[in-house]
Amino acid sequence: MDAIGFKFILFMITALVVIVSSVLMATRKNPIHSALWMIVTFFAMAVIYLLLNAQFIAVAQVMVYAGAIMMLILFVIMMVNMDKGDEKKTTKAPWSFGKKMAAALLMVILLVELLFGALFYRMTARVGDYPADAVAAVGNAKTVGALLYGQYLFPFEVASILLLIGIVGAVVIAKRNK
Amino acid sequence: MELYYYILEVVIKNLVVISILMLFVAYLTLAERKFLGYLQVRLGPNRVGTWGLLQPIADGIKSFVKEDIIPINADKPVYVIAPMISFVAALSMFAVIPFGDSVTLFGREIKLVIADVDIGILYIFAMGTLGEYGIVLGGWSSGNKYAILGALRAAAQMISYEVALGLIVIGTIILSGSLRLTEIVEAQRDVWFIVYQPFAFLLYIVAALAEINRTPFDMPESESELACGFNIEYSSMKFALFMIAEYAHLVTVAALTTTLFLGGWLGPVLPGPVWFILKTLLIIFIFIWIRGTYPRMRYDHIMKFGWKFLFPAALANVVITAFIVALR
Repeated sequence: MDAIGFKFILFMITALVVIVSSVLMATRKNPIHSALWMIVTFFAMAVIYLLLNAQFIAVAQVMVYAGAIMMLILFVIMMVNMDKGDEKKTTKAPWSFGKKMAAALLMVILLVELLFGALFYRMTARVGDYPADAVAAVGNAKTVGALLYGQYLFPFEVASILLLIGIVGAVVIAKRNK
Repeated sequence: MELYYYILEVVIKNLVVISILMLFVAYLTLAERKFLGYLQVRLGPNRVGTWGLLQPIADGIKSFVKEDIIPINADKPVYVIAPMISFVAALSMFAVIPFGDSVTLFGREIKLVIADVDIGILYIFAMGTLGEYGIVLGGWSSGNKYAILGALRAAAQMISYEVALGLIVIGTIILSGSLRLTEIVEAQRDVWFIVYQPFAFLLYIVAALAEINRTPFDMPESESELACGFNIEYSSMKFALFMIAEYAHLVTVAALTTTLFLGGWLGPVLPGPVWFILKTLLIIFIFIWIRGTYPRMRYDHIMKFGWKFLFPAALANVVITAFIVALR
């Protein structure tokens, strides 16, 4: 079996895992189970990044999203919901006509976008500025680093300042109650 | 044909590394009990075989034949999966650690590392965070309040110490200019990084102890207040899996310390893997020594220490290292 065929099969499996686990995430009643399926989703997405030769992004995905952020979410769910997500407390809001229409409309828009993308926009076989060979020659982390601290330095710094504001805001809110 | 040879090579390397790691883990339990015994002026296990040498085997058989209990309050699928997550994460971490230079066997050059990846050190951190899920989920799914308390403590402690651990390692990454572990070792050919980064080495040992939940940071399973914490409900092989994962993680962290600060497999006269194992054993000995020496810290002290001392110190180490490297 050649490498392309192998990659295709791997992609199909991971894509299926992503879809199934994200559906399961949205439908579970127990919030912890939802969080677990979300971790599976993030993992499968990391595998897709690996298939795209983006090792650094893949590991960052596992470390930051599947690791740190989901750990925080689990922590908060456990703290808030110590009785393992009692199902009797959740009350189902009735589906009104407006809600149904909105959901249907969103679904139609999504499908049209997908169709448009598949038919008129060549998503595959385009060569960007950083093909796999060029990245592999320099090293994955080095390429990302050079871009982040070169071409995209300003957005990168703005993002870090935004995060800092978020941290300061959280501290201010936590301190106010005392 | 080349592809098949490659696959065969990888499979054999995996088997060899996992068997050696498991052997280490088995006898590490004995070594720890023996050392702790001598540190506490008693003998330690000495009934099964001479010097207690068959004790790990006896422990293994005992774990296998014990009754496997799943508590009625447990969240069954999560309860079963949790120890597996811990075990798999702890084993797969070792994949990127180089234990020697390359050797030539049957006309093929074989690198003595399972996967020499570009972002090796990040991979180890990613797998490390995954291993923590095993502890957190195991504690939560047991349906026991001590276990949940253990899980909560584990989650909080790991989030706090992982940040510091990542920052401490950045010093060595700056010096070597690479995330690839083989290149980090090669960069230490003249001088080990422990000479350039003695402060970071000490901080790393402390943060690593917290990361693998050992005394004085073994809050998630502190016997005296939580009655074993997250693994209180586990029995039989599931409990054994948690223990194996814990010790495998310990070996991996020691091996990583060797790689980052003690020059990995580099050393005179003796072949690479021997040096690597010797240095790793030294670090493991230090870990056991610390366990026998220090009392457990109080929970709020651990959090304060992590955020108010370890984190700023690690940050200062990064800034100073970067400053010196930039001046050079």
